[in-house]
Amino acid sequence: MKNLILTTAALALSAAMALAESHETTVRLGTEGAYAPYNFINDSGEVDGFERELGDALCAHAALTCKWVTNDWDSIIPNLVSGNYDAIIAGMSITDERKEVVDFSENYTPPSPSAYIALSADADVSGGVVAAQTGTIQANHVVDTGATLLEFPTPDETVSAVRNGEADAAMADKDYLIPIVEGDSDIVFVGGDIPLGGGIGMAFRKSDPELRGKFTAAIQAMKTDGTLNALIKKWLGEASPTF
Amino acid sequence: MARPGFFLPKILKSNAHQGEQPILSCADPKTLESLHWLACYLTTGKHMAFYGSFGTVLLLLAVTAPAALAFGFGGAMAARSGFAPLRWCGKGYTAIVRGVPDIAFFLFFVIALDQGFEWLRHKVKCPDWDMPVRQGSDFVVCDAAKMPLSSSPQWVHESYGFAIAVLTFAIVFGAFAANVLYWAMGTVPRAQIETAEAYGLSHRQTFWRILVPQMWVFALPGLGNLWMILIKATPLLFLLGVEDIVYWARELGSSKTAVFDFPHPDGRLYYFLTLLVFYLALTRVSEVVLSRVNMRLSHGQATVAGDAQRRAA
Repeated sequence: MKNLILTTAALALSAAMALAESHETTVRLGTEGAYAPYNFINDSGEVDGFERELGDALCAHAALTCKWVTNDWDSIIPNLVSGNYDAIIAGMSITDERKEVVDFSENYTPPSPSAYIALSADADVSGGVVAAQTGTIQANHVVDTGATLLEFPTPDETVSAVRNGEADAAMADKDYLIPIVEGDSDIVFVGGDIPLGGGIGMAFRKSDPELRGKFTAAIQAMKTDGTLNALIKKWLGEASPTF
Repeated sequence: MARPGFFLPKILKSNAHQGEQPILSCADPKTLESLHWLACYLTTGKHMAFYGSFGTVLLLLAVTAPAALAFGFGGAMAARSGFAPLRWCGKGYTAIVRGVPDIAFFLFFVIALDQGFEWLRHKVKCPDWDMPVRQGSDFVVCDAAKMPLSSSPQWVHESYGFAIAVLTFAIVFGAFAANVLYWAMGTVPRAQIETAEAYGLSHRQTFWRILVPQMWVFALPGLGNLWMILIKATPLLFLLGVEDIVYWARELGSSKTAVFDFPHPDGRLYYFLTLLVFYLALTRVSEVVLSRVNMRLSHGQATVAGDAQRRAA
């Protein structure tokens, strides 16, 4: 019991120390950090990628102080609604299902295609085993096609499953798959592009419309002045759809 | 299918700049040779964080073990108490925590403790807040009640997460320790207690001077087991969002495309092998230390091991 009191006291003390610091509002941006080129942890251990640069630019537009937080994809929405960070910027497509729990900003990428990858171009993507990341629009799509869905917590593991033959194919956002197909001659795209979702947006708590408004305004400003298109071209490739 | 090995990605001997570069410059990793590349690769900021996370795990063990033992001692004393409500608390604590799966408890406690703290601070700091704390699935407290504050530096957030993890580990493992200590206290020969009472020692004196010193030898096998399980349970930190060795092993080992400075195929096997060696070494060292402690504790005790030591001397 004494220990409990001590620990509580220690926690209260650290909180008091934190309180002594400035009171300016800081917006904490939650991302996954495992979805290159959208967001990833670079070799010096920092969050990097399209969304890092975009997020920093949006915060500059909205005159907000922002901090980056990484969180597992699986629990990224629960940790937003319980207040561990204030916004999700993690390659999250806008879907009706997610809209029941969180509110989205205006989309910052146009609805972008998804695609299948496999070791050969004639892989069976509608009847075979297809890998996808848990809780993604691609996982839902695989179930709808009647293929057997093999779920993984990270997108990288879905690609590994294709490499080692555990899955016949994997499905993900095409922008994520392009560098992988380019970097490995064994892996090819199967079939054409499949349009899924309503573009990628930032997610906010439903009780936080003010912050969502600020970011939507910033996204609109970046769409108008063309800086958003430049970022898309830089990180997601020349062929990626722009506004 | 022939693919380059994990640690031998790109050998570009024909690069003209090769000779001009100082030894161990990691400025342009794509031009480096395999061994040099490896040296640079293993010293990136990310790898430094990986090496640092071994310290996180050891720190967790160093803080959690005594904390859990304290929880266990308190629980065992409460369970033996003559005061009924205290006894119920002690017994209830061990029964509930031992009966619920660790993972369920870890997930529950971290959220419940965090929201509990925030709710209490919210009540104190923002008494005139008129909105409900729960709005649909949202948990909303005022900015000043956030734990830690949004504006706090990253290390405060990390320390807070770590502290919550330690507290949860201590509560869970404390329940097991309480059970071990409770039974160890009951195993001390009754004659020892009776003798103490005959000498006129008070209840408190008997407990601290006769019972506690003698019970450790009976508790040690159980506590040793708990320590081993605690070591093996440290990857649960990953589940609690603390960036521990499992997090970094998975992050570093996953295949890297050309966006990264050091692209490489899937190398998780090597990273997890490192973890395996680390944990085996840690448990081996623990076994050696525990057997030494057991020898020392048996000294002069009325047990078979203690008797054997007496004969050998």
